[in-house]
Amino acid sequence: MLTLTHFLMLSGALFAIAMAGIFINRKNMILLLMCIELLLLAVNFNFIAFSHFLGNADGQIFVFFILTVAAAEAAIGLAILVTLFRTRASIDVEDMDSLKG
Amino acid sequence: MENIYLTIVLSPLLAAIIAGLFGRQVGRAGAHTLTILGVAVACGLSMYVLWAQLTGAAAVYNETVYQWMSVGGINLEVGFLVDRLTALMMVVVTFVSLMVHIYTIGYMHDDNGYQRFFSYISLFTFAMLMLVMSNNFLQLFFGWEAVGVVSYLLIGFWYKRPTAIFANMKAFLVNRVGDFGFLLGIAALLMYTGSLDYAEVFAQVDGLAAAQINVIGDGSWSLLTLACICLFIGAMGKSAQVPLHVWLPDSMEGPTPISALIHAATMVTAGIFMVARMSPLFEFSETALTVVLVIGATTALFTGFMGLVQNDIKRVVAYSTLSQLGYMTVALGASAYASGVFHLMTHAFFKALLFLAAGSVIIALHHEQDMRKMGGLKKYLPITYWTSLAGSLALIGFPGTAGFFSKDALIEAVGYSTIAGSGYAYFCVMAGVLITALYSFRMFFLVFHGNERIDEDARHHLHEPGWVVTLPLVLLAIPSLVIGWPTVGPLLFGDFFGNAIFVTDAHDVLGQLGADYHGPMAFLLHGLTSPVLYLALSGVVIAWYMYLKNPLLPKTVKDRFGFIYRLLENKYYLDDFNEKVVARGSRLLGKGLWRGGDTTVIDGILINGTANSIGRFAGWVRHLQTGYLYHYAFVMVIGMVVVVGWFIW
Repeated sequence: MLTLTHFLMLSGALFAIAMAGIFINRKNMILLLMCIELLLLAVNFNFIAFSHFLGNADGQIFVFFILTVAAAEAAIGLAILVTLFRTRASIDVEDMDSLKG
Repeated sequence: MENIYLTIVLSPLLAAIIAGLFGRQVGRAGAHTLTILGVAVACGLSMYVLWAQLTGAAAVYNETVYQWMSVGGINLEVGFLVDRLTALMMVVVTFVSLMVHIYTIGYMHDDNGYQRFFSYISLFTFAMLMLVMSNNFLQLFFGWEAVGVVSYLLIGFWYKRPTAIFANMKAFLVNRVGDFGFLLGIAALLMYTGSLDYAEVFAQVDGLAAAQINVIGDGSWSLLTLACICLFIGAMGKSAQVPLHVWLPDSMEGPTPISALIHAATMVTAGIFMVARMSPLFEFSETALTVVLVIGATTALFTGFMGLVQNDIKRVVAYSTLSQLGYMTVALGASAYASGVFHLMTHAFFKALLFLAAGSVIIALHHEQDMRKMGGLKKYLPITYWTSLAGSLALIGFPGTAGFFSKDALIEAVGYSTIAGSGYAYFCVMAGVLITALYSFRMFFLVFHGNERIDEDARHHLHEPGWVVTLPLVLLAIPSLVIGWPTVGPLLFGDFFGNAIFVTDAHDVLGQLGADYHGPMAFLLHGLTSPVLYLALSGVVIAWYMYLKNPLLPKTVKDRFGFIYRLLENKYYLDDFNEKVVARGSRLLGKGLWRGGDTTVIDGILINGTANSIGRFAGWVRHLQTGYLYHYAFVMVIGMVVVVGWFIW
């Protein structure tokens, strides 16, 4: 029998994987965008799980919002990525250190 | 009477303003006409005031004419105190000033700064009148500083000459030393009495004499003595007493009329006048009187020596001025204030005369001041010759001249004095008589007698200057010769000064002297038997023998006593001391404060130091910014965890 705890653990695991992806990934910026999407999905998973187990539909409505925002964000992120590649000819995360003090 | 006093003060000021600010519009003739008119009005009215004081037509005037402001119960006012002492000073100042104004037309006629010069000397007359007519310390200080400023402007009148600029800066700085003491003295009196008014301060003299003050450590000083000595330091600066006398010989860089007006006859006597005015204070401080006496005696004798070795005609007169100022100061120290003021008056006439005569010689020789290039001028400049003779005789105290009465009485009075230092002072003034006669007649013989040593081209133009030069000479020669006769009795032994000068019974040397006084003729006859006359005559004879009879002798003396000669020529090395120790020390101190205090501490540590330490801190902190996204993300997450953990805990 699947309980709320299982869902939350899955969601936490997804979140942790995405976080680790952000920290560990030093190369590809697309991977970074994917990790961000994964973070959002982990959060969505939480919302759905709570919505189902608490019998309240509000959480699922939030999921739609988040999905919309995530889609927009992915579009903008990819667009930035394209221009970034055009100007710097690289999408390596390692190279993006112009804020370095 | 108030309107008369205001007119006396303001007419020279008005003339000075017009001549100074609108000099181009009024032109040369306009400038000298206006200023002479202004001073003539002041002189005429001053004479009227003196007459009114003498006949009793006007009472002693002591009123405030304008209140400037009132601060914490202290009234800062402009007011006049006109008694016989003031009236006498007013007449002396305005009369000599008038003579100098007239003389200046001749002396400065080809100078570019003609209007400026007239403006300055009129302004000086205004300042000096404010000084002598003041009834409070604030106005006294105003006049004191104002004459100092005008003196500064006039010494540096030829501002393109480096020596003139050096001299006026020196005069200004040396006077500043004196003025600092003066200001401290006024402050001490103000602190105790809470008033700047003469009458109110004098009324509290008993309390002042009893008051003690801690200056350094636990030593307790008499407040009155301290205040009097501080005031006298001011007088030392203005009246050029040792060791603050160094500015006066250098001030001869200014035009000659100024040397006559400011640096001989009037401004330098401000200190003498001030001490006489403060006699109700000085009388109660024996210590201060001794200081005055010793300083004056030292000045009287030792500056006279320096006059013996000068070759510049004006400098000889300048050193004689120093010496005579020393005499006046000695009189003040011996409590013979009336005698000091009397000598001040006679000295103003004959010293202005001598300076103007020297100026006349200088014009005639086309601005040659070196006595070694003069000689035998008697036949070319008869009026200058005779007036100079009158001035020189008055200076050495030849019987019957004005100088005789004032100086003889002064020396006798010092002889009667019993306060500490009076023996030394008596010796100094006695020896000074010989020296005075020696240097006066050395100058006189070198200039007017003996071989002609004049330049050839100067000889062709050699003639007596016009009437504007000779008229003041004659007008000054008359009082130099005869003013002593009518004035000696009332001024010294009568009650001419009334309450203006206060002398305690114990110090009343003039009173003791007056017991034997039976008219000027008897005084003259008594003078014939005193050693003073014979010292003076022997001085003249020595001068005659050394510079006319046997002109090679001075050279021998000079070689024989080379050490003393060099000592005198270098002014006792006092100038060197001032330049090398005082001036250089101040410069070093300034440089040290600049380098150490300003550059190192303020600029280096406080200003740049703050910026530098912030910069260093920032340089260290900026390494936290790696610029890598994952570092920021990591920090964000860690921060989030910490904050959330904090709330949940």
